[in-house]
This record gives sequence, C-alpha cells and structure tokens, in this order.
Amino acid sequence: MWQALRDELHPKGFELVTVGLDTLGGEGCRTFIEAARPAHPSLIDAHHVLADLFGITNIPMSVWIDENGVIVRPAETAPAPPRAGPPPGVNLPGEMPQRFVEMMTEAAKIRSDAAEYHAALKDWVANGAASEFSLQPHEVVERSRPRNADVALGHAHFQLASALEIDGHHDAAVKHFREAHRLVPDSWTFRRQAWSLETVGDGPFRRFWQGPTPDDPSAWPYHGDWLTDVRAVGAENYNDSWRP
Amino acid sequence: MLLRSLQIPRGEFEAGTGWSLKREGACRGSVCIPLSTQPGEAVDVTEVANDLGMPLVKASRRKLWALGPASTGGHALTSAEAPELCLPDLNGQEFRLSSLRGQKVLIYAWAPY
Repeated sequence: MWQALRDELHPKGFELVTVGLDTLGGEGCRTFIEAARPAHPSLIDAHHVLADLFGITNIPMSVWIDENGVIVRPAETAPAPPRAGPPPGVNLPGEMPQRFVEMMTEAAKIRSDAAEYHAALKDWVANGAASEFSLQPHEVVERSRPRNADVALGHAHFQLASALEIDGHHDAAVKHFREAHRLVPDSWTFRRQAWSLETVGDGPFRRFWQGPTPDDPSAWPYHGDWLTDVRAVGAENYNDSWRP
Repeated sequence: MLLRSLQIPRGEFEAGTGWSLKREGACRGSVCIPLSTQPGEAVDVTEVANDLGMPLVKASRRKLWALGPASTGGHALTSAEAPELCLPDLNGQEFRLSSLRGQKVLIYAWAPY
C-alpha cells in the first residue's frame, strides 16, 4: 500500500524511508521486507534510535522532512493508505487461540484517520511550504513528544536492554526493559518490543502473543501486556487522533 | 547510544547523539549548549553527558553503557532541523538520511511484532 503511494509521489520529488524497529535486527525484519520488495530505502533500527532522535513512541508513525532537511511534521501516527478495494485475504490458521480472537477484536476498534492523513500528505508533496499541513519550526518542536529527565533515562535503559538481549543476557535485559516501561509509560514500542522477545512456541504467533501464556501466566516478567494495556487505555485511544 | 568505552572518537559521539561538538558548544541546528571543556578528538562521555543532561546507564558487570538523549528543551526535538540518521539496510549497507536532501522525505516507523 505504501509502495504504491510512494511510486505515485516519487516523480514529484518525494521519497519514502521505511525503518523497522526491532532488537532482532535484520533477522526479525527480513521476511517482511523481502515480501514487500521495496524500491525505496528500507532500514533496520535495532536499538530504536528513532525514539531518541524523533520521539517515535508507537508504530506506525511518521516524520515529514522537507527538501532542506527541516522537519515539517514531527512524529505522529501514520495510518496505512486507504484501500481501494476489500482487504487482501489474510492467511490465518484455521483455529485461532482465544487470545488472538480477543486481540483482533480490540485491534479492529483502533482509530484510523487514514483519509485525512493521506490527503494532507499529497497536499504537502504538491504545495510544499505553502501547504497548510507544513508546520513552522517552532510548532514542530512544540508538537514533538514531551521529554523530561525520566523519559531520557528510560530511553537509556531501553537501549541497554536491547543490547543485552542481543548479547544473550535476556534476564538482565528484562530488568532494563522494565525500567524503560516505568519511566516512559506512553511508549508502545518500548513495551511491544520487550513483549515480542518473550516468544511463545514456534508457530506464526510466536512474537505476536505479547502477553502471558495460558500454561504458565506467572512466568510473564512484565506488568502489562498488549491486551490488558490496550483495554486499559481503550483501543479507540491507542492512536492519537490526526491533528492538522 | 550504546558505548563499550567512555572515551570515544568525536565523530562517533556526534553520529550517535546527533549533537555536533563545536567551539561554541554542543549544537543541534542553531541551538548550542556550552560545554565545560572544549572536547578534542576524543570525547569524555561522562563529562559531555553531564553538560548536556544526558543520562548514562551502565550494565552491571559488563563494559557496556547506554547514553540517553538530552532532555534540556523539554521535547524530543530541540530544533526542527532533522538530525542525521544513519542506519543499515537488510544487507548491512549504511544509509544516510542527508543523502536525500533536495527531496521531500517521509520516515515511516514500523515493526515486525
């Protein structure tokens, strides 16, 4: 979907740069990137530097940058382009675990302001600084994610956790992921990343379980999990609403 | 940024944090923060981190540190000028965001989980 939009806008001086945020790096992202066969730069961000540099707190999110390297829209929810037809068939196993039925029920309630967002994107590509959606530098800074000393410290704990995980020190990593979650409670990526490393089985759901297993719920090392946390905030509030 | 030593080359510090170390201090776009000592080619991370209010966390029993971002301005962005972003693609080839100057760019964050 993004590929088609990129191909449409590329001749007008636009480029898409996709960045996969995953501690497991290329190993985690490979099958998705190879299936998409992107013509645009497709990068791997193992330690979530996008969180440090731009204030990315969830996926999918975007940052718009003009021809001079000036950010004109800071990190915000970036819904997939609206579909022209019905969604493509999804290959789900015949029998879904109950947790997935519940997760998909919640996911269906997540807000998408795709029409407004993509109309604004096309307007900016066509009109540049004259577009009403291109923000002034002071607005860009003010609208970027709030960051205090605790948030900054949480980012450091997250990166340390990510590096410890890659080095094979999972238990040490969990401790720092927990600190990151405590200090940066509004980051979904910090939580989802950590939850995705508690794999369940070998099947297609192994990284998507994102919560305790029914067999041994007490082994779950985190305070929250995807289903509990999404229900706590309300799925309709999972994404910030589009703000022109 | 992740560190295996607290004395690192200046270029590594600049690439890892997005702050350039200049005569007037550590700068991001037009925003500069004075430093207590003028850094040379090697940067004393502890000292510069202290000047910029960057948290430094050490892994226990390992020579591994993580340096968190500055929080001086109260926001994720200190300036609207985009920091350099240097990340590898699937083949390990480094890509620089600045190579796309002259085009409008949308950075899109996704994850496989």
